[in-house]
Amino acid sequence: MSLLTVEKVSKAFGGLAAVQEVSFTLAEGELLALIGPNGAGKTTLFHIISGFIKADAGEMRYAGETLAGLRPHDICQRGMVRTFQVTRPFHRLTVMENVLVGALERVAHRRQAVKVAEDVLALTGLAEKADHLGHGLTLPDRKRLELARALATGPRVLLLDEVMAGLNPTETGRLIELIRTIHRRGVTILLIEHVMRAVMALSQRILVLNYGELIAEGSPEAIVRNPKVIEAYLGEGYGGLEEDGAPPRHIGP
Amino acid sequence: MIFRLGLGIAAGAALVILPFVASSVWQNLLITTFYFAYLGQAWNILGGYAGQLSLGHAAFFAIGAYTSVVLHTHLGLSPWLGMLAGAILAALISQGIGFLGFRFGLRGFYFILLTLAVAEILRLVALHLPILGGYTGLFINFTPNAWQFQFKGKIPYYFVALSFLGLASGVVWLIERSKFGVYLTAIREDEDAAEALGVDTFRYKMLAYAVSAALTALGGTFYAYYQFYLQPNTVLSMHHSVDIMIRPIVGGSGTILGPVLGSFLLELLGEFSRTYFATGAAGLYVVIYGLLLIVVVLFLPRGVYPTLLEWVRRALGRHA
Repeated sequence: MSLLTVEKVSKAFGGLAAVQEVSFTLAEGELLALIGPNGAGKTTLFHIISGFIKADAGEMRYAGETLAGLRPHDICQRGMVRTFQVTRPFHRLTVMENVLVGALERVAHRRQAVKVAEDVLALTGLAEKADHLGHGLTLPDRKRLELARALATGPRVLLLDEVMAGLNPTETGRLIELIRTIHRRGVTILLIEHVMRAVMALSQRILVLNYGELIAEGSPEAIVRNPKVIEAYLGEGYGGLEEDGAPPRHIGP
Repeated sequence: MIFRLGLGIAAGAALVILPFVASSVWQNLLITTFYFAYLGQAWNILGGYAGQLSLGHAAFFAIGAYTSVVLHTHLGLSPWLGMLAGAILAALISQGIGFLGFRFGLRGFYFILLTLAVAEILRLVALHLPILGGYTGLFINFTPNAWQFQFKGKIPYYFVALSFLGLASGVVWLIERSKFGVYLTAIREDEDAAEALGVDTFRYKMLAYAVSAALTALGGTFYAYYQFYLQPNTVLSMHHSVDIMIRPIVGGSGTILGPVLGSFLLELLGEFSRTYFATGAAGLYVVIYGLLLIVVVLFLPRGVYPTLLEWVRRALGRHA
């Protein structure tokens, strides 16, 4: 039973077709990865699913309901929450208050929301930094905070946009464990990621996007051997065995 | 705890005794300080907490002032009731402006210009409406009667202004502790991130605007019955809108004590520069006043109160 169904969704910015007739489904409890070179349209697809931009064509259904016309907060309230690739902490709020914003979506009373936030901070390893301001955090902590805030809303589906980018191998390892824990607790996850180590460790199924089009879909083992994917993204010689980092032919910054 | 309680009681007692021992000049100074702190607190809800800078709050102020005065002079309605009518009207009009601004995604400068334009339009309308007195303005006949919001001497006004400030600060205190307050600060910091976390940013901005406008309108009624004169080029000027917003900005916007501290600082500074620099070079006090504003903006960009707080914390050796 699919929780999220995306059907022939397209979006163009002027003459640039950012997303072209993309269709896929996300089943309840699944951990699906979305990969592809920079500029392939992955984040645009996230913006569309989460209600930040309107698709030109296509249909999206979530839990039996169309997503058309819903604004981002509506979609969040229905249980599908996204994070941002470029982290967006509330700078002048503390880490606790940042997470509280998410928690208040689930429980209206501040005291209960603080409890929810405390639990999330403990889970994400941010408890000691609860009093720090958003703008003083290091990149790994900002990534954790993105995740923590989204988690505090009590999501059914998490849309994670490159939460590993810029982390060192140790931090990546920790975050992989954290995402695994969250998934084990029953949260369905759709993950955009360049760090192949994370993709291989976490995903049950992979979608590959290139120039706005879905070029492959399948199990991690099948994807790393798919010639189209190797040509478009992974590069020759990639066996999916590299320890960490971005794939060899990583285009752009 | 006992120390804080004692401090609170001492401050309360001082505030009650103060008007009886102060000279007329100081009474006036305190009334103006409370009154501008009140207006700043009202502005602070939208501008400081929600981060939606309004450069047109004179509009709501004037709506409140004119509504209560017109209802009073033509229908004999007590300004105590008329000011509620003014507050409701101001809240309604704020929803019109808010709808235009927020629905079409006006942010930053564009929202500021929208609020400024509305105030300017109202100024021109008021100048040409005979019922509002036009260019001559509206004079209010003085009939000392508490039910008519008209008092003999300054002391009653002192307590009314102080109560107004208490009311607005109470509202802000409640907002700070509620979901509403947390959501407003999230909207101020990053609107898209707030949306993504389930915050209906449009709805909460509209609500903040309504509360802010209604409180500002109440302040307009106080002004009308303290000055007994309303003139569009004064109450609806951009200068007046700046006067409303400058105190919370100097004191520390988005904090409950910012508008109060800012109002005290600017009122005292204004008074001293008028006293010591008014003779001799004409207008020098305005220059001094302006210089201080520049200093504050340059060196204390978050306002005086947050900076003071940080110094105190550092002095106490606690982690900020």
